[in-house]
Amino acid sequence: MKAEVRELPQDIMELQMGPSHPATHGTIKFNLKLEGEKVLECDTEVGYLHRGFDKMSEQGTWTQVIPYTDRLNYVSPLINNVGYALAVEKLLGVETTPRCQFIRVAVSEISRITDHLTCCGMACSELGAVTAGFYMIEARELLTRIVETLTGARLTVTYVRIGGLKHDLPAGFAEEVKDAFAKTRQLLADCEKLLSRNRIFIDRMSNVGVISKATAVDYGLTGPILRSTGVGYDVRKSQPYLVYDQMDFTVPLGSHGDNYDRFIVRVEEIEQSMRIVEQALERMPTGPVSIEDPRIVLPEKEKVYNSIEGLMHHFKIIMEGVQVPPGEAYQAVEGGNGELGFYVVSDGGGKPYRVRVRPPCFIAMGAFSEMIKGYTVADIVPTFGMINMIGGECDR
Amino acid sequence: MVEQSPQLQEIREKLGAAVLDAHAFRGDDTIVVERKGLLQTFHALKEDPAFAFDFLSDITAVDYLGKKEPRFEVVYHLLSLGRNRRLRVKVPVPEAAPEVDSLVPLWKAADWLEREVWDMFGIRFRGHPDLRRILLYEEFRGHPLRKDYPVNQRQPLVPERPLAGTFVDARSDNKLRQLKQQLEQKKVDAAGSNRR
Repeated sequence: MKAEVRELPQDIMELQMGPSHPATHGTIKFNLKLEGEKVLECDTEVGYLHRGFDKMSEQGTWTQVIPYTDRLNYVSPLINNVGYALAVEKLLGVETTPRCQFIRVAVSEISRITDHLTCCGMACSELGAVTAGFYMIEARELLTRIVETLTGARLTVTYVRIGGLKHDLPAGFAEEVKDAFAKTRQLLADCEKLLSRNRIFIDRMSNVGVISKATAVDYGLTGPILRSTGVGYDVRKSQPYLVYDQMDFTVPLGSHGDNYDRFIVRVEEIEQSMRIVEQALERMPTGPVSIEDPRIVLPEKEKVYNSIEGLMHHFKIIMEGVQVPPGEAYQAVEGGNGELGFYVVSDGGGKPYRVRVRPPCFIAMGAFSEMIKGYTVADIVPTFGMINMIGGECDR
Repeated sequence: MVEQSPQLQEIREKLGAAVLDAHAFRGDDTIVVERKGLLQTFHALKEDPAFAFDFLSDITAVDYLGKKEPRFEVVYHLLSLGRNRRLRVKVPVPEAAPEVDSLVPLWKAADWLEREVWDMFGIRFRGHPDLRRILLYEEFRGHPLRKDYPVNQRQPLVPERPLAGTFVDARSDNKLRQLKQQLEQKKVDAAGSNRR
């Protein structure tokens, strides 16, 4: 019998990956043009989770936007809360109390840790290192429980208010954080043992999705992706907000700009964030958590029920909203994925005229086709994983 | 109170007539520039070593319907990584001709950001390589972030888009048709039993 020799097909294959693909956690579609396994072109389609954040923000009062910000990057909602509150406070021209600033820093960093743990844990388990993935998710669970004791919710926290916070830290918060961090450090040490000599993990991460310094800046990338290329831009260091200038921490940098560096940058940042939380809790000043301004912050219930002024202030804020003077302000904070900016415009009323979020992962997804060009279909999984696209923030 | 900013003075001197207005508010430097020659203005802001705004943070727009004339403002947020300075650049855009120069030749970041502004505000970017909607779908009617777009506006249902090059399993198609027929039959039966 004569063996039949057939030529492999040479044409370019079009493949639609998504919108609900098991390896892409998040609803997103890649329209790929492939030559064999090599990606020639990748057209990324986003917007499946678009809920009209900007439009909805214009409907209610300034305070009513805060719950919407929870639903942007829902793995680190506290950072979004803080960023939005800071932008409105900038427009109002008020500064919050020292205790509030320290608490905001501490909760932002706890959120950053959960963000990085989710991103890294998911990336590990997608590459087959499921044990390491579970360890990281276990660590995240410890921190999510802390967020739950603090705010009463795991993800939809709505903890920060314009001019302050919803309430003070619960009793024994510092001890709980200390215990959770000790366990988290142990779990991360275990993860390092599982991953640092894991051939499969390292081979699939290193030299994949490489992006140069110049390209990263050109695409407006921020956060761990930019820092993995060696550009030392971190909003917390470059334009410090809250009390970050009093904190002792370093910004880890990569050198290759590949997925492995992004992973390492994130893991290193977890340690730095834990240091910041420890410092913030150690130096936490006493005092009120909200400013004393009845035009901005809701009065205590005691006053609302027993005094006419209290009732009026309460009514004014709830029904008419905080009166923000006309103007515009842009406030950037360092989110889990990079520069999270809030651009708010007021026409002088109780409702926002325009709220715009600069979503770091939307901009990172814009560079995805550049990152994946020339690599294989299988490389989409770690590259997409290390961008850490969060549908709520990307599609708003 | 007028805040002073040395950066704004320098920009005014170097860019001259292109700058319509410059002001600082709570530490945010803002310039308003002319729509004409926008690409050259941004080129100067990017390449001039005195400014060196090498990083395009954000592009968005604001609709000042009935509040300001011209109606739209495209808002750019620039950042200089070396000088660690920010700058907001605003470009007034009239309703009659909502079009500005695209910044894709200068920054690749502009690609998706401009697509979003087109999607949400219906402002076109001249010279953009691929100006499609991004968060919404192509058949969407209107531009939702315009102030005259009602928040509870419904969109018409759009027919399923045939996808070129999609593999369709004929058997599953038959299966679907059978299921639909069965459902229709059930409805007919149920209607018949009700009548009785």
